[in-house]
Amino acid sequence: MIECKNITKTYVNGDMETTVLKNVSFTIEDGEYVAIMGPSGSGKSTLMHILGALDSPTSGTYKLDGHDVSKLSDDELADVRKNKIGFVFQSFNLLSRATVLRNVALPLLYSEMPRHTRNEHVEKALISAGLEKERWSHLSNQLSGGQMQRVAIARSLVNNPSIIFADEPTGNLDSKTGEIVLDTFQKLNKNHEHTIVLITHEKYVAEHADRIIHIQDGMIVEDRKNTSKRMTNHTHKE
Amino acid sequence: MKITDIVSETYFSLTANKVRTGLTMLGIVIGIGSVIAMVSVGQGAQSSIESSIQSIGSNLLIVSPGAQRGPGVQVSAGRGTAQTLTQEDANAIIKDVTLAKAVAPEISRRYQITAKGTNTNTQVVGTVSAYPTVRNIEIDTGSFISDQNVKSLSRVTVIGSTVRDDLFGIGSDPIGQAIKINKIEFKVIGVTKSKGGSGFGSSDEMVFVPLSTAQRYLAGDTYVTSISIAAESASAMTAIQQQVKDLLLERHKIQDPTLADFNIINQADIVATASSITGVFTMLLGAIAGISLLVGGIGIMNMMLTTVTERTREIGLRKAIGAKRRDISTQFLVESIMLTFLGGVIGVLFGWGLAWAVTAFAGITTSVSTSSVLLAFGVSAAIGIVFGYYPARRAARLNPIEALRYE
Ligand SMILES: Nc1ncnc2c1ncn2[C@@H]1O[C@H](COP(=O)(O)OP(=O)(O)OP(=O)(O)O)[C@@H](O)[C@H]1O
Ligand SMILES: [Mg+2]
Repeated sequence: MIECKNITKTYVNGDMETTVLKNVSFTIEDGEYVAIMGPSGSGKSTLMHILGALDSPTSGTYKLDGHDVSKLSDDELADVRKNKIGFVFQSFNLLSRATVLRNVALPLLYSEMPRHTRNEHVEKALISAGLEKERWSHLSNQLSGGQMQRVAIARSLVNNPSIIFADEPTGNLDSKTGEIVLDTFQKLNKNHEHTIVLITHEKYVAEHADRIIHIQDGMIVEDRKNTSKRMTNHTHKE
Repeated sequence: MKITDIVSETYFSLTANKVRTGLTMLGIVIGIGSVIAMVSVGQGAQSSIESSIQSIGSNLLIVSPGAQRGPGVQVSAGRGTAQTLTQEDANAIIKDVTLAKAVAPEISRRYQITAKGTNTNTQVVGTVSAYPTVRNIEIDTGSFISDQNVKSLSRVTVIGSTVRDDLFGIGSDPIGQAIKINKIEFKVIGVTKSKGGSGFGSSDEMVFVPLSTAQRYLAGDTYVTSISIAAESASAMTAIQQQVKDLLLERHKIQDPTLADFNIINQADIVATASSITGVFTMLLGAIAGISLLVGGIGIMNMMLTTVTERTREIGLRKAIGAKRRDISTQFLVESIMLTFLGGVIGVLFGWGLAWAVTAFAGITTSVSTSSVLLAFGVSAAIGIVFGYYPARRAARLNPIEALRYE
């Protein structure tokens, strides 16, 4: 469960203070599928980084499964990221000199998973993210933007995390591959096993979620249930 | 993180960016290599000077004719020109200076020497059987001049290895052959062992004959050019020097010691002078080596710092997907150890090669010492590891987003 209470994030650069998030409070239950929408620069990514235990708020409390994240030690945070969270960065953050397979396997290095079972997980994640097999041995700097995005998604899935945070996961994808990714999220969310939080600009993508949160200038301006939920057409086979 | 994973990550990191790895290693290689080569030249010079002094003899005193400078009087009589030392002086020293282990008077001059169809011009030394003991000369084949030879004025000779090579050919056996010194025939009875080097008055280039023979047939008088005295130990040298001085002053009937017509050179003085020179030399080279180690070290440091800065984003990403601080520091520590170790080994080999090349192409004696290898290796490894590890550790303390934003 995600509980945010009065989250504020202020950046200080010299004399200039920029408050990016202002008193943001909301709760996301386990198994929810939430879309966050808002104009560029409204603070969506900043919020996601805090939710993903990657950054800390200037003030306010963020509780993940009942634990106050700001009170966790560095090692405990690492465990949270490793075991609970899958994160898709807006800018992917792949190791450019490593192959696709190596990039996707990276989180497994830090888990206790034995080496021989890793490949299986990596392949499954890559298939779920919809990346063609012939790209798997490419270096990640030899990929197109959309292909990199799918590698980033596969990397977030490989640890089988309970919560997936995806920052614009379909931003660089055509409608067909976008559909594959959305289908994967939908499957993960089926039976409410995995919590999905995604950021998007597109209304069409947001409508796949159960709930849509609108952000503007660092404040939540709308938080509603999605009454016209879209389902993917199951074109993608497992 | 499993060990196999750490090793595979390290291998991947080092091979993924070959230019960066190569440049870092180059810094280490040059740093270590130049220090080792530099120190090897210094130590080579030092040891060759020392061994050249040692080859003259050990605990040696040399009495030579010539006046010491009296107060207000300029006496220009140099060694070898004045004839003030005689056979009798030598005999008296043998008889009265009881602390001396061996005494060898000698008479030396350059002569033209001929064998069958070959000739050379070199130092002919007339001396006695004690000479090899006093001057640390070893016999390769045959034997040295015996007391019997001296007594009976034998026309026999012992030649140095270089003389042998010049007259009879390299490595040949000249025993029993005849050579002519100043047109007088001598029979070769021995060859001295080569001492190598070309220090002043190397015995390799000398020809030895009995002292009496030299006086009779070559010089025509009973003066000697010098008297070498070997002391039993270094501690006895001063006492012997005093005894010899007193004895000769008395024999030459000189009251004022400052007007003595002979000089006594103590080997300890030569060693002291030479080692103070080589000491300065070694210090100079050491300073140069220190500077190159510093420069090399700064190079390594620079490369390591750039690498870690460049990789702060990678550290951020690794943390974002669940790496602990310890995982990051271990990875970077292992990486810098591998890097400095590989670079270090290559650097040592490179330094060795450089030292070898200096010897082969410039003919300078070099000696690679373990301590310089350890020092160079140790310092660059320490710098490499410290500056590979600490910035990485610092970067691992940033939160993932800060690290990912790092420029
Ligand atoms: N380190 C920083 N220092 C100062 N300001 C920052 C910093 N990081 C982000 N900001 C500011 O915070 C605001 C929100 O940024 P954020 O990345 O969260 O936007 P976003 O909603 O994700 O936008 P987009 O849809 O374009 O990705 C921006 O105005 C940005 O300039
Ligand atoms: Mg964003």
